Amino acid sequence: MFFRNTVNNPLITLILLLSTQVFSTAYAGDTDAKNIERGLAIAVEADKRDTGFTDFTANMVMELRNRQGDISTRTIRLKTLEVIGDGDKSMSIFDAPADVKGTAFLTYSHAIKPDEQWLYLPALKRVKRINSKNKSGPFMGSEFAYEDLASQEVEKYTYKYLRDETIKTAEFPDGVDCFVIERYPAYEYSGYTRQLAWVNKDRYVAEKIEFYDRKNSLLKTLTNSGYKQYLGQYWRPAEMLMENHQTGKSTLLSWENYKFKTGLTDRDFSRNSLKRAR
Amino acid sequence: MKNSFYCLAAISFVTFSVNAFGAEFSGYIGAQTRNFFNPPSAPEQHSNYLSAVAEPEFYQEWDNGDQNVEIKLFYRADQYDEQRTHGDIRELSWTSVFEDWELRLGISKVFWGVAETQHLVDIVNQTDLVENVDAEDKLGQQMIRASTEQDWGTIDLFVLPGFRERTFAGIEGRPRTEAIVDTSRNAIYDSSNGKNHIDLAARYSHYIGEWEFGLSLFSGTGREPTDYSFVTLSSSGQPIVVPVYSLITQLGFDGQAFFGDWTWKLEAANIEVRSGAKKGINSFKTVGGFEYTWVGIADSGMDLGFVVEYHYSDQRIIETIFDNDLATGLRFVFNDAQSSEILAGMFTDANTQAIASFIEASRRLGDSWTMEFQVRTFHGAKENRPLYSFRFDDFAQFDLNYHF
Repeated sequence: MFFRNTVNNPLITLILLLSTQVFSTAYAGDTDAKNIERGLAIAVEADKRDTGFTDFTANMVMELRNRQGDISTRTIRLKTLEVIGDGDKSMSIFDAPADVKGTAFLTYSHAIKPDEQWLYLPALKRVKRINSKNKSGPFMGSEFAYEDLASQEVEKYTYKYLRDETIKTAEFPDGVDCFVIERYPAYEYSGYTRQLAWVNKDRYVAEKIEFYDRKNSLLKTLTNSGYKQYLGQYWRPAEMLMENHQTGKSTLLSWENYKFKTGLTDRDFSRNSLKRAR
Repeated sequence: MKNSFYCLAAISFVTFSVNAFGAEFSGYIGAQTRNFFNPPSAPEQHSNYLSAVAEPEFYQEWDNGDQNVEIKLFYRADQYDEQRTHGDIRELSWTSVFEDWELRLGISKVFWGVAETQHLVDIVNQTDLVENVDAEDKLGQQMIRASTEQDWGTIDLFVLPGFRERTFAGIEGRPRTEAIVDTSRNAIYDSSNGKNHIDLAARYSHYIGEWEFGLSLFSGTGREPTDYSFVTLSSSGQPIVVPVYSLITQLGFDGQAFFGDWTWKLEAANIEVRSGAKKGINSFKTVGGFEYTWVGIADSGMDLGFVVEYHYSDQRIIETIFDNDLATGLRFVFNDAQSSEILAGMFTDANTQAIASFIEASRRLGDSWTMEFQVRTFHGAKENRPLYSFRFDDFAQFDLNYHF
């Protein structure tokens, strides 16, 4: 999910990588500039490795847990279409709880421009365009904000490489080598000042992300686990745990049934198809 | 009670089909109480009403999702109001998707428009007014619908055979107008082919970035009565009337634009009456305003929306509630696991200062239950204005529904 991007141009990647080289030689003293270049290069590489999946579908179970440990569950089906030259199109359809069954979101995401988003309310048969400028609000009562679940374009952030670090995870109890990079939202309505990401050096996926709120204090930590590789290229986590440190609440997303290159087209992401999505 | 029989038959059929083909079955059943704060204006009316509701739904798709059948039935049994005890086939449709076009045949529902406090251009489906005075509920409409979504916009074309009459509270029902609109008697259709007129409608809609708009045309029997015709007096001396329906042409516009946390909305319609005593009358109505959303108030996950909408009607066809009114409202969205929401607001008549206020609060209980609480009050309406009838009808309503 991390750094998934479709605005990927191999030439730009090459130029960026080359310029990283040039900068590191010419301005070896200027570590800040070097780290900014390096941070971007990592993001671009992660993005490049996740390009070309065309489309995927998956099922998701979302478990909301409050401070007292009460759990409520939502089940959602997700479809994503890769769009070359722009952000992805995606549709999420609710199967449970029963009172919101058939409710569906359609999102055309963009790198810097606000996304276009429609909500389908089955009881009213109403397709409602949502004011999606402010994406910092919670998604269906969960600890995930809309912006956390949106397609992650390279252009959505500026980056800075901080350090290499070996962290222990469920999959790598002895430790896994990561780049630690800091990213700053380019989007002016973002709910974050910055995010810290631990990017697996081998797979170029995020093992962990820390989110800092507008006051720059630690708000949430996302831990991805159970990564599996699909079609020999695309890594997807089986679980994403978002813990809110300020409220003590958490949300666990469990992913199942990932399918890639299923033959989805623009037609499956129209507003008419939103009414049929169920 | 013929309707109840059809509903029961259809429910059994649906249940049978589910067992036979393992298709998708869902819906809700629920109970509702309505408590009126004041004694009624007519002796036939009551102070407390109980009712039960069921809305089972059946869905089956095939052909990779390119074809589906949807059936949604509705039934409400009201303790006292015979007209509110009613059933409806909300949906009984077959949809097929072709390369560029989507075709739907059967009974279905469509929604047009953007405004929050009045649905002005939304004309395809008749209002199930006896369900709630907010006119949000609609009756199923027979239709042939063809729709195509292109880069240059979306076109919807409708052939609408068969007219549905608006539902109204019965003699024992509340809230209701002083004049009892008797839907058990034949309504008056003042055009030559009466209720058998085949209506036509079309809509073009599109969006460009942060702007979204729709243009719609409807030609056929207007869903809103153009008049009410006196029949007789009830035993307690209230007038009994029947609605008069006329042929109309309605040209509608709806649009919205997004600027930061502001959403600006406008709906407008021009209605021309083409039959009966009011033939030739042109009438203009509009509703417009904004919704401003304050996301994450006071560092919480809660959103607070401010809704302001102005309503205008030149009232040339019939007197309406929304002639020169301002609707103001607050929407609290808690963004919690229970999807708690509160919408509170009021309509203020700029001419008469009459106020209609409402609170709607809802939340989920556990995974399968929802509850909704509403209060509606009506103050200060002048005699001979439409709201005057409701002056004793302030009420609280509580709904508890089980979803499956």
